[in-house]
Amino acid sequence: MTTEVITDITEAEQGSSLWHDAWLRLRKNKLALFGGITLILFVIIAILTPWIAPYSYETQNLDLGATPPSAAHWLGTDIFGRDLLTQIMYGGRISLAVGFVATSVALIIGISWGAVAGYVGGRVDAAMMRFVDILYALPFMIFIVLLMVVFGRNILLLFLAIGAVEWLTMARIMRSQVQQLRQQEFVEAAISLGLPPSTIIRRHLIPNALGPIIVYTTLTIPSVMLLEAFLSFLGLGIQPPQTSWGLLISYGAETMEEFPWLLIFPGLALTLTLFSLNFLGDGLRDALDVRRSKD
Amino acid sequence: MALLEVNNLQVSFVTRMGTNRAVDGISFSVETGKITAIIGESGSGKSVACYSMLGLIPQPPGRIDGGEALFEGRDLLQMSEAQLREIRGRDVAMIFQDPMTCLNPYMTIGKQLMEPLLYHKHVSKEQAKNRALELLEEVGIRDPESTFENFPHQFSGGMRQRVMIAMALINEPKLLIADEPTTALDVTIQAQILKLIADLQTKRDIGVIFISHDLAVVADIADQIIVMQQGKVVEGGDSQHIFHNAEHPYTRKLLAAIPAGSKTPMAGETRPLIQVRELCTWFEQGRHKEPVKAVNDVSFDINRGEVLGLVGESGSGKSTIGRSILRLVHVTSGSVTFDGTDVTRLEGGDLKNFRSRMQMIFQDPFASLNPRMTVFDTLAEPLLLHGIENRKTVASGVLKLMDDVGLARNFVRKYPHEFSGGQRQRIAIGRALATHPEFVVADEPVSALDVTIQAQILDLMQGLSREYGLTMLFVSHDLAVVRHLADRILVLYKGEVVEQGTGDDLFERPQQEYTRQLLQSIPGRALIA
Repeated sequence: MTTEVITDITEAEQGSSLWHDAWLRLRKNKLALFGGITLILFVIIAILTPWIAPYSYETQNLDLGATPPSAAHWLGTDIFGRDLLTQIMYGGRISLAVGFVATSVALIIGISWGAVAGYVGGRVDAAMMRFVDILYALPFMIFIVLLMVVFGRNILLLFLAIGAVEWLTMARIMRSQVQQLRQQEFVEAAISLGLPPSTIIRRHLIPNALGPIIVYTTLTIPSVMLLEAFLSFLGLGIQPPQTSWGLLISYGAETMEEFPWLLIFPGLALTLTLFSLNFLGDGLRDALDVRRSKD
Repeated sequence: MALLEVNNLQVSFVTRMGTNRAVDGISFSVETGKITAIIGESGSGKSVACYSMLGLIPQPPGRIDGGEALFEGRDLLQMSEAQLREIRGRDVAMIFQDPMTCLNPYMTIGKQLMEPLLYHKHVSKEQAKNRALELLEEVGIRDPESTFENFPHQFSGGMRQRVMIAMALINEPKLLIADEPTTALDVTIQAQILKLIADLQTKRDIGVIFISHDLAVVADIADQIIVMQQGKVVEGGDSQHIFHNAEHPYTRKLLAAIPAGSKTPMAGETRPLIQVRELCTWFEQGRHKEPVKAVNDVSFDINRGEVLGLVGESGSGKSTIGRSILRLVHVTSGSVTFDGTDVTRLEGGDLKNFRSRMQMIFQDPFASLNPRMTVFDTLAEPLLLHGIENRKTVASGVLKLMDDVGLARNFVRKYPHEFSGGQRQRIAIGRALATHPEFVVADEPVSALDVTIQAQILDLMQGLSREYGLTMLFVSHDLAVVRHLADRILVLYKGEVVEQGTGDDLFERPQQEYTRQLLQSIPGRALIA
């Protein structure tokens, strides 16, 4: 037994055992795996859309009008005769990009901001958190309208603007987590080992604070997607003929009594994404919690 | 007739991993007017036995497999939940280890005291209040009238435990079950609480079950002792018999684990490694408040190769001194010279290099290890940080450390939660020794552990400090442990050194009143003298 272990720890152990072990646990969680694969599939489709979409998203066919699903148009067409499948595929490009980019921006800024504020404490913390409070207090819509007016309408800017709003809550969650963890003796032990603050934050604090962050992230992605739809609806986001799931759903909702498929299919796409995200998020949280499973 | 007679009680826990027989056919009896102590280490089933009788273990996973527990002739195990509820709190009362978690923080002491009275006995509010005040007085709460409306956090640990005892006694139970009631307390407070329990028992003539992992604690008060190991009673009887003629090897092991004797102080030349001069560490309390003077004008030397014991109760500043030397807290004034360098002024790279030369072993091995890092990660971190090993050789370095602290090599990939307290403390010791420090601060390294484990860890530390040539500052509230380990002892009171000397000096010729008081608080003094 003993000799077997000694040879065993040379390669795999050099990296971070936590992530390695988390992956081993995640692999056993079927739901999380299903969620992950679905998301990856959606992303691949989104990337390949310009080459694999059955129709052009701009071409209107007013003679055709809104038709239910058929062999030619699998998911039917909208009132302008545009193919719904094509629109969902193009819409997914925007929605997924907003969801992931804006959330990543929020995650990166929020985690670092909150971790530093919570770790350093004192006046730095007070100053950093008051800044967060000020941003909270700014009316979000005015902020975005200002950005759009000054810099012109631009998708990237939209991502940034949404991310810049969403990171505030993330920073608060992270800060409170770090404040609790900082009191623990293992952080003191790390200091007395001589680890620099950046390493302590990265290796000792963030991994222990990830649980709530992951849960909040899985909630942020869908809310960001819906936020984009809201902004687009107001004319601040993307404009027709470009589209997104959020826009498709809001248009579909207007005509749901006559043409229900215009609401159902975009809705399904969004729902499936959200389910997948939640499954993956729950799975990740459990996988990272080393205390949960003993294998 | 015995007050409580337990026959062949069997309790199991059924989990996915299988069935675990926690209590395996134990029998004992408790007499009115006597204190019966149940002794055993964590997991020996001592608490489960008592809790299961009162229907206080969750079922499932718990399951009572058989036996009987006759309380005044009625079998508790056959009673309905409603009947048990009548018994609990009225005829049988309990006090627990941690008085803070057992009191509702949002309810005044007075309200909490009156609650069981109003529930079990049908009395008016006025009567309940008078009764509660009497009891607070009886358990030694000064000025009960004015503390009646206070909340639990306004009391110290010892005072909270007194309140808990008052609460347990309020319905005049016939049997009191005390589950490690003094484990979370300082020695001096522990002595007071033990005396209180013994006094109340005599005065009220009730039966007491005292659960503890530490034989020494019950030495002075127990009439009967039952020793449990792995769910079985291995030995039981009169306490004099247990202490003087123990037969079972496990009982003897427990007795041997009580730290005894004094270390012979180091001989030969003494060169100070650390010189602490006029050290003050104050904590600011905000603009308009006096700072808390945790350490106030303390000076002492620690010689090379010496183990210096630092003794005092909570709040005496003993931990803060250790943390000040290691630069874990901000030093207000004074100097700490380590091998010729004043460490209070070090910054940046110098500080980092210096850190590898002094390390700390913490009190609570459950908090001092990062729960998301395996043993490998925890031990590899200091090795890599200080360039003691590189990525290729780090595995062998980690295994060497594990060997040194007595951890099996196949634990290397496990996380802290998979270990017992003693094993975790071994990991923490390994981490502290990874950088081959010259100086180690051990802050109550064994006070969170069972006695038998304590003895093992102390042995390990003694062995390692010889092997690694360590100089050590050993911080503890437990005088017996310190005497066993330290060359010299410093007694601390309210941030200042009140007395210092060798173990024998202090124990046999204490100069200060406070030292004498500390010595008198040591449980089971007769055993270690």
